[in-house]
Amino acid sequence: MKIYDGKYILVGLVIFIVLATFPVWFNHGKAAPPPDPKLDTPVIKQMINKQCVLPKEEMITGHMKLLNEWRTEVVRNNKRMYVASDGKTYEMSLQNECMRCHSNKSQFCDQCHNYAGLQKDSDPYCWNCHIAPKENM
Amino acid sequence: METGRRTFLKIGGICALGLGSLQVVKAFGKTETPKFMANLQALTAKRWAMAIDMKKCWEKGPPGCRDCVLACHSTHNVPDIGTQKEEIKWIWDEKYENVFPGQESGMEPAEISEKPFMVLCNHCKNAPCTRVCPTEATFKRADGITVMDYHRCIGCRYCMAGCPYGARSFNFRDPRPYIKTELNPTFPTRDRGVVEKCNFCEERLDAGKIPACVEACKCKALSFGDLEDPNSDVRKALASQFSLRRKPELGTEPGVYYII
Repeated sequence: MKIYDGKYILVGLVIFIVLATFPVWFNHGKAAPPPDPKLDTPVIKQMINKQCVLPKEEMITGHMKLLNEWRTEVVRNNKRMYVASDGKTYEMSLQNECMRCHSNKSQFCDQCHNYAGLQKDSDPYCWNCHIAPKENM
Repeated sequence: METGRRTFLKIGGICALGLGSLQVVKAFGKTETPKFMANLQALTAKRWAMAIDMKKCWEKGPPGCRDCVLACHSTHNVPDIGTQKEEIKWIWDEKYENVFPGQESGMEPAEISEKPFMVLCNHCKNAPCTRVCPTEATFKRADGITVMDYHRCIGCRYCMAGCPYGARSFNFRDPRPYIKTELNPTFPTRDRGVVEKCNFCEERLDAGKIPACVEACKCKALSFGDLEDPNSDVRKALASQFSLRRKPELGTEPGVYYII
């Protein structure tokens, strides 16, 4: 079988395959380190019962829904207190309540958000308005 | 299958019972403790209002006093952009002719027509800004405060066109670098592309405190309280003196009163 202009086509094919698979073999074996959110702020260290407003698993998967719900209740319904299932009350405020314990935005929030490729100043753009406290680790 | 009237009624009855039981299940399914509550120490009112005694402000206050403006703008991280077009203001001073257009006689004593008047969002009963907002980002609360939900604001500026008092400012750029006062870490800043205005210190009311401007005024020219409570500070201030509201002919029913 004869392929017209066979050598050009084959060379072109090889170049194409190399370029198309470039990201795969170039990054092979260089996995980005998995996120490692730190929970060792002074406030958390002092807590005897290290418990967030919801169980850890629920917070990992649902903190964004919780924050959305909190925002609606505070801004639109003028309710500022959250009663957790254990009866403890919290002020529903990202800036003043969440960050009171998690006073390490770069080691806590940013760890997963950067890993997941959430762009700075786009999603989640909480910190365009809300003021992150001084890092305290 | 042949269905007699009797079977039809039986089945119908069972269906109706099933639908009715849904309400019963809902009632039992409710949790006893509410998940969200208002702050216990919050100040509450049927309608928040303010009275501004300009005479006290001019006579007792030192000339050029800006205590209320500074207190407000530092509490709420209001930027100072520096140009008139992009100016952000929550409370500011304005000339008599611009505050009460159409109400002036033209023969006012110079001390009135030349002195500054403090103006802010009027928290109108019939707020035009809330009617024109396409996303309901600005809305009336049950206690009369016209609030902004900055999360929802899309920056269309309809509200600015709708407000007859010019009480709203647009963030043409990121305001953070322009905050000249010390940053208040407990209150957010705003983002580029949202409209902002006075919020009657709703966050302070919820913490049991009166608005920052009222607290900061040393000559007690500002009084704040529930308009529907005859014993409140506003009602007491308004009961003893004649007062004006801005542009009453528009029917917006402002919640800010002026004693001249």
